Amino acid sequence: MTRARVGLFATCLVDLWRPVVGFSAIELLERAGYAVEVPAAQTCCGQPAYNVGDREDAADLARRTIALFEPYDHVVAPSGSCAGMLKIHYPQLLAGDSAWAERARAFAGKVHELVSFLVRVAGVERIEETCRARVTYHDSCSGLRELGIRDEPRRLLAGIEGLELVEMREPHLCCGFGGTFCVKYPEISERMVDEKAEDIEGTGADMVLAGDLGCLLNIAGRLARRNSRVQVRHVAEVLAGRLDVPPIGRGEGEG
Amino acid sequence: MEVTSLRFRENARRALRDPQLARALRMVREGFQQRRAQAVANLPEFEELRRIGAGIRDHVLERLDLYLEAFERRAREAGAQIHYALDGAEARRIVLDLLRSRGVSLVTKSKSMVAEEIELAEAIEAEGIRRVETDLGEYIIQLAHEPPSHLIGPAVHMTVERIARLFAEAHGTEPTTDAQELVAQARRVLRQKYLDAEAGITGANFLVAETGSVITVTNEGNAELTQGLPPLHIVVTSIEKLVPTMEDAFTLLRLLARSGTGQEFATYTTVLTGPRREGDLDGPEEMHIVLVDNGRSRMLGSPVRPMLRCIRCSACMNHCPVYLAVGGHAYGWTYVGPMGSVLTPALAGIEQTWPLPEASTFCGRCEEVCPVRIPLPGLMRVWREEAFRRGLPPATQRAGIRLWAFLAKRPRLYRLAFGLAVRTLGLLGRRRGRFSRLPLASGWTSVRDLPAPQGRTFLEQLGRGR
Repeated sequence: MTRARVGLFATCLVDLWRPVVGFSAIELLERAGYAVEVPAAQTCCGQPAYNVGDREDAADLARRTIALFEPYDHVVAPSGSCAGMLKIHYPQLLAGDSAWAERARAFAGKVHELVSFLVRVAGVERIEETCRARVTYHDSCSGLRELGIRDEPRRLLAGIEGLELVEMREPHLCCGFGGTFCVKYPEISERMVDEKAEDIEGTGADMVLAGDLGCLLNIAGRLARRNSRVQVRHVAEVLAGRLDVPPIGRGEGEG
Repeated sequence: MEVTSLRFRENARRALRDPQLARALRMVREGFQQRRAQAVANLPEFEELRRIGAGIRDHVLERLDLYLEAFERRAREAGAQIHYALDGAEARRIVLDLLRSRGVSLVTKSKSMVAEEIELAEAIEAEGIRRVETDLGEYIIQLAHEPPSHLIGPAVHMTVERIARLFAEAHGTEPTTDAQELVAQARRVLRQKYLDAEAGITGANFLVAETGSVITVTNEGNAELTQGLPPLHIVVTSIEKLVPTMEDAFTLLRLLARSGTGQEFATYTTVLTGPRREGDLDGPEEMHIVLVDNGRSRMLGSPVRPMLRCIRCSACMNHCPVYLAVGGHAYGWTYVGPMGSVLTPALAGIEQTWPLPEASTFCGRCEEVCPVRIPLPGLMRVWREEAFRRGLPPATQRAGIRLWAFLAKRPRLYRLAFGLAVRTLGLLGRRRGRFSRLPLASGWTSVRDLPAPQGRTFLEQLGRGR
């Protein structure tokens, strides 16, 4: 039997900032029995343009991404935000475009966020990995509220040897990233990410995980500014056992 | 009220530096969120109720002309007089004519956001007529000469110490922070005003087409006394408050109370159908209903129409991390929080207000708690698109996104440009893993470090065989 083909949409942030998340995704998908391909012409889902109101450029990028990924059986992204863009917003964005509306809808049906794909579609129940740490999980807004992802990452993390999961008081609360919001309104974003940092620190966790690199860069950056000891990683890194790479915002010169 | 939404960022900065505001907003957050969550948990069919509520509102908006006519007919039959006002100026003129022609010198007024929107209070005072706000929160901000900062708690931004000082000055009493005593003082003052007033002005939560009734909801009973005691009662409200039947109104009232204060039902719900009739023990001799459009019929034919479903419960702001950080005044006009970020551009114009729909992370909490399921982030996006089309955000921002999009559509060029950039940053940041300062990234690094990229891009590494 030929294996189902997954097109991995790496997302621009993973591609540019944190390739280990992409490699972790490949590892996890291959272990689950899929043939993974990474189309080389991919760039970004277009969310930055979409969110500042540049609908025209966003639609161009949507059409590009659909054309590039529609040949695959499944399209998987290690991000709730980008997967939400492909799955929920592309059909809305292209609804008025008669040549693309139907294609966008059909495409949306194939799109999944990585961890929810592993649990819901691939049927993965347990991942054999070890991570000796007290860990807390931040629900990214799009993953949680657009795609309904809440239990899936927690279920897989619970099976990791040595990992103790502790919950924040408000894991569902926005971290204040919001794409360009965090640079347009840095003071408001600071207040929000500080609350997140305090919540994280209050759990006594050694490590905070999430499924979206945008949130993670914001949280890691603020925790570092606060001189916090808490490590920050994408959930896929832990699930794939890629702890050899320093945590986000940590250099080779430190732990 | 002058629109200061263009100064949102400065307003917000100032608000963030105010520790008393932060304390007050923490109480909004804890109080309102917890009470709503409890009320929702106690009603298993709440989600179903939301769906029905949204349906009722959509149904009305599709046939607003029909329901307006039906309401007008019924209300007239019950003895009320109906006035239509296209904009704020016309509404003010109608109200002032009524007050003048009846020789009114003192008006009591219960809370009405539409009255705020059309600056009715200022117009009444300019006419030399005394006005007393009877909602406790409104009474407080009237003493402080401030606009409301929340839909249902206009004075939520105030601390009890500040209220104590205001009351001591206004009432000539010793300052006290005892809430009971403060309420008692306001009650003593207001009681006499209810009796002395020659006219009472209220808003309306719902207008019932089936019966021509006006429904008001309070927790203080002040709307009853405002509309029932003086000889003249004027309702100032907007055209989209209509619902077809009394049953619909009560469905929405169940949603309203739970979503706002977390009550099952507000303490006082008054259904008023026409003025005093023969044999009635109380009620006004005359009842006038001023139906204000002020931009709403324009919204009906626009992509932001779902905003007209809003029943003014305040759940969106009570759950909005941005509102809870900066408070209501930063928004720079009558309506605040997520609902304000959609409604204000519609009523006051996007040119004056474009920073409001930008001031959201699109976290989606507002949409999640909205009792009539208004897609608030989606509607903010509609305004962002309009602002972008009109070139309202700074040209540098616009040029930046266009340049980025230009590259993103050209993978080779994109890889060349960004590949080089992240390789450089990766090298520079390898040891420390992050940057505290970086040229062109001050928006980011002003409040947080920038984690360094790993170095070579994912696709580059893949191309070279991992």
